[in-house]
Amino acid sequence: MNATEIEQQVLNQFLEVAPDVEPAQLQRDAPFRDQFDFDSMDTLNFAIGLHKTFNIEIPETDYRQLASLASAVAYVSAAMSRTRA
Amino acid sequence: MSSSEFRMPSLGPDMESGTLVEWRVKPGDVVKRGDVVALVETDKGVIDVETFSSGTVTQLLVAAGAHVPVGAVLAQLQDGEERGAAPTPTAHEAAAPARVERAASAPAPAPAHHEPRSRASPAARARAHALGVDLASVQGTGPHGVVTLEDVLKHAQAAPAAATAAPASAPAPDMRRIIAKAMSRSKREIPHYYLCLTCDFTKATAWLQQHNAAAQIEDRLSPAALFIKATALAARAQNDFNGFYQDDEFAPSANVHVGMAIAMRGGRLAAPAILDADRKPLTTVMHELRDLTARARAGHMRALELSAPTITVTSLAEDGVDFIVPAIYPPQVAIVGFGSVVERPWAINGAMRAAPVVAISLAADHRVTDGRAGARFLARIRDALQSPEQL
Repeated sequence: MNATEIEQQVLNQFLEVAPDVEPAQLQRDAPFRDQFDFDSMDTLNFAIGLHKTFNIEIPETDYRQLASLASAVAYVSAAMSRTRA
Repeated sequence: MSSSEFRMPSLGPDMESGTLVEWRVKPGDVVKRGDVVALVETDKGVIDVETFSSGTVTQLLVAAGAHVPVGAVLAQLQDGEERGAAPTPTAHEAAAPARVERAASAPAPAPAHHEPRSRASPAARARAHALGVDLASVQGTGPHGVVTLEDVLKHAQAAPAAATAAPASAPAPDMRRIIAKAMSRSKREIPHYYLCLTCDFTKATAWLQQHNAAAQIEDRLSPAALFIKATALAARAQNDFNGFYQDDEFAPSANVHVGMAIAMRGGRLAAPAILDADRKPLTTVMHELRDLTARARAGHMRALELSAPTITVTSLAEDGVDFIVPAIYPPQVAIVGFGSVVERPWAINGAMRAAPVVAISLAADHRVTDGRAGARFLARIRDALQSPEQL
């Protein structure tokens, strides 16, 4: 899976949690919380979606790294690299 | 040969009407109690509406897109095995003593992904509704042919003309007006009293950390699950905080259905219930809370979940709020608020240490209970949180 595919899958998981958000409104680097009132339950559902989609482990202490699209993509990319290594 | 009517349900004391978005049945279909038969749009979003009767659908009386008042007959059923269901089940009727057996045996809301009739994820359904996409025309690529969000987006891109069509339903009523009406009634009719105590959350915090470090991601718990379960157990023990006050009379409920206040993006608010929360293990409470939150924000709740709450829990734990002074949602008689879990100086046996604490507040109806009972109620919640492993 290349970087573009990872980002698209991460975006899809975000939209599963926040289907009322227009993708065009999403600022890649801004925290979901600031943009869309994302809360801990959204974050947990987002983390579970990423876990299932990418088959990666996401400890609770790492949830803060899923705060924005950019940081979530970076986190998933790094986790997948570790899994392959 | 008997017949029954399926009517526009009341999903709250201030709901006056709703829009029939979609039928899930057609004449000749056999339905049983608990089956979703229609989608109805209200101020709380698009709601799955279940039938409270069993039988064969003989006639659909209202077309999709029609805006009709609460209580209007939508369909006729025949050969119903049970006619006990209220024609327009309200919050009171959904859990009042006279209907305890029915409420107790009512099917728990299944996660939307498992609902065989919808064949679409909540996200896909919400997006399709927003875009005016007919889900029946979308090829599902998910498990068992479930339509996913991606399927809807691809379909909308491929058929932009169709996707720009307006949804069939009428605009939802103004949400602020609805909330204003409910809360005005609460403050006008209910003589509230308020109590608050601060609870040492050290044991609960440590237990949650230990549990979550070992649990699969789907089974991790948040403090909210503990709040709901502890409140449910207190409501079970003191049922004068669990029920409805209507017609100058309090009717305790034999079931504890805890409504959880969920803020939705755009300023809307709903408090769907976790049914029989006092009897469910914490992991089940958490699973249902996650599912409810996701579906509430996707505008995809079930009628029973909205009409059932016998007591409500609200939490602003993520917003740095010390404590909450909540308003009771009529005709309920109590609401419990949980503030943020924060570290504060805490004295034990003369020694000071930093400890995670949470402020628990109770707003209760003075027509039903007094402060002393309320104090005991709060103490039960506090004590339950000291033994999280037993929740």
